[in-house]
Amino acid sequence: MALAETANFMTIDGVPLKKRLAQAERSRKLKAVGLVAPLFLFVVLTFLYPLAVMALKSVTNEETSGRLTRTGAALAGWDGQGIPDETGFAALAEDLKAAQQKREAGEIAKRINSEFSGAMSKFKGITRKVEAMETGPYKELFLSTDKVWSDPALWRVIKSVSSRYTPYYWLAALDLKQGQAGIERVPADQAVFIDVYTRTFWIAGVVTLFTLLLGFPVAHLLATQPARRANMLMILVMLPFWTSLLVRTTAWFVLLRTEGPLNDLAELLVDHRFEMIFTRFGTIVAMTHIQLPFTLLPIYSVMKTIPPSHVRAARSLGAGPFMAFWRVYFPQTVPGIAAGCLLTFILCLGYYITPALVGGPRDQMVSYYVAYYMNNIINFGQAAALGGVLLIITMVLYWLYNRLVGIDKMKLG
Amino acid sequence: MSTGGSAFVNFIDVQKTYDGETLVVKNLNLAIQRGEFLTLLGPSGSGKTTTLMMLAGFEVPTHGRIELDGQAINNLAPHKRDIGMVFQNYALFPHMTVEENLAFPLSVRKLAKAEIEQKIDRALAMVQLSQMRKRRPAQLSGGQQQRVALARALVFDPKLVLMDEPLGALDKQLREHMQIEIKHIHQNLGVTVVYVTHDQGEALTMSDRVAVFSDGEIQQLASPADLYERPQNSFVAQFIGENNRLTGVVTELGNGHCSVRVGDVGEIRALPVKIGTSGQKTTLSLRPERVRINPAIGACANVFDARVEELIYMGDHTRARVHVLGSSNFIVKVPNSEGMPDLAPGSAIRIGWRPEDCRALDAF
Repeated sequence: MALAETANFMTIDGVPLKKRLAQAERSRKLKAVGLVAPLFLFVVLTFLYPLAVMALKSVTNEETSGRLTRTGAALAGWDGQGIPDETGFAALAEDLKAAQQKREAGEIAKRINSEFSGAMSKFKGITRKVEAMETGPYKELFLSTDKVWSDPALWRVIKSVSSRYTPYYWLAALDLKQGQAGIERVPADQAVFIDVYTRTFWIAGVVTLFTLLLGFPVAHLLATQPARRANMLMILVMLPFWTSLLVRTTAWFVLLRTEGPLNDLAELLVDHRFEMIFTRFGTIVAMTHIQLPFTLLPIYSVMKTIPPSHVRAARSLGAGPFMAFWRVYFPQTVPGIAAGCLLTFILCLGYYITPALVGGPRDQMVSYYVAYYMNNIINFGQAAALGGVLLIITMVLYWLYNRLVGIDKMKLG
Repeated sequence: MSTGGSAFVNFIDVQKTYDGETLVVKNLNLAIQRGEFLTLLGPSGSGKTTTLMMLAGFEVPTHGRIELDGQAINNLAPHKRDIGMVFQNYALFPHMTVEENLAFPLSVRKLAKAEIEQKIDRALAMVQLSQMRKRRPAQLSGGQQQRVALARALVFDPKLVLMDEPLGALDKQLREHMQIEIKHIHQNLGVTVVYVTHDQGEALTMSDRVAVFSDGEIQQLASPADLYERPQNSFVAQFIGENNRLTGVVTELGNGHCSVRVGDVGEIRALPVKIGTSGQKTTLSLRPERVRINPAIGACANVFDARVEELIYMGDHTRARVHVLGSSNFIVKVPNSEGMPDLAPGSAIRIGWRPEDCRALDAF
């Protein structure tokens, strides 16, 4: 008996079955890996790697790290109260001199200025002065040049930016800052980002709701029409989908203008021109139009799978048209609604071009500020932190959504 | 056709067209009695499902009247008709448990909770699925889903139950089992059932009466035995059961009998059912089991020489394909019983049948 059992695990020529199986599977596995590898490498290079780089930038003192090493070491023992002693001043002076030779002193000044406004000009002034001096003492020079150098707050900033990593960008993205006694809120007149995030999520939510309200009946119509007519109508839905986002946004820009065709019509009818361009209204209209197919298609594909006999069965069992819809048809479309709405909501969170072109200054979303920090301010750290916060909030929402709706029940098509 | 005033369901001069060019249902008159199990049988496209859908309220008759329990229901919405329906693919609601599926017709009728519970218990006990209450349809086998659909169509005590090929998706053994089960449920509840199928065996097994549909018309409405034994036209003879067909010309038409010449080969004595006058074409219909092999002299009025072409052993009987009267597709069923003649392919035999078993019908 035992012999027979062992024999079962061997092939006829005595090689263990498992080994043979692994050999047989190997070429198949290699083929599978080979097929996946190009996309995997592409994703790593174009998505994961940039993501990691930007995440690192958001916590790094790029402008100052490595340029204030002497200062950092000298201030290590300083308690943050009062004015540092001569060694601190001397170290800063040496660092500034070294940086100035490499034409990098401006970078340091700019970074410190972002946390201590007005520091830019003070740094320029003192850099010129210390450059002229061969040796110290420097403390007197600093203090006599400007009284700002006796402000412990400035020295605390200098100390914090001299280290390699900083929580500054992430805190700023949440309207927080490192105060003397830990993390505190920034003054109300400087707090912008919480407002921007709230606005971003609000606009995304409203657009998602509108695409659902408009798309659901159309999806139902498409799903219940005979195939030929459904295909015709589907082309009408898809046509805008195939048009470039920029073209469609520009079209809305033309349509919504004060001198645009919609307002021409309005003037003809009610003798009034409405303000539609550069408003929240315009932003939401244009975004709803662009996002409509994203919400509609998953709902449509789920509706296609619901047999018409279900509603008929409900009707024959005594339910009126609305009851049959609400209790039998609608619940079966929920996986499609969940998928479509999630898709639209998450895509809306990243909108940039549309609000930038048809929205007003109060309608700009997070992406606008990311672009602003990237292109105008050249502050990659802040841009990365803003994007990171958006990513984290989105993932938390996704997790919540999964708990409530269940992603496994979701159908994208 | 008579439309008795006492009938439970009445179709009166009903016509239906979808495109305004062809009639799917042509001038249908059909009376269904209370408590009856009536089957609409026919090939696909014969109008049987359309008829059922008009009764359920999902299709509107183009012309004519449909009455249920003495009340015209042409313009009554489906949910007000109080008709239970079992669909082809069961149409169980996938997002509800078995229990919730059964509760659906009761809760839309706003019944009290306790009453709903009691009715569900009863219905589930009837189809022997009491343990499956909390399952969803996807967790049930095909046969179990079928039972749930049946229970759901019956749970609210409808006036009438419609079934649209409910057993089509089941395998043969289960289908035959369910046929008997549905039959018993019908007998126990005394509910009126209108059943649609294209399976003649199913129709014969279950029904009190069968309406054979073809081409939008009822070809024959009769009990299963009548339908099999006494088909009124060639379509029914061909559609129900196995049938030997011989075409010929009527040469003599007497009282209760006729003679038909088949080709140049022979003259057959037959029972006139649906033929014109002498000289017209006719189709003779003869059941394979009514043909005798090597009959005793004088036992049959029709006796012909034949040659065995092929033998197929079927267990309880043997099918012999024989060449007779110029046709090679003549089937004879030889029961597997004592005294079974010893046949071999190619052997010459004599076969015969009685005139009353050979029905002269319309030319096919």
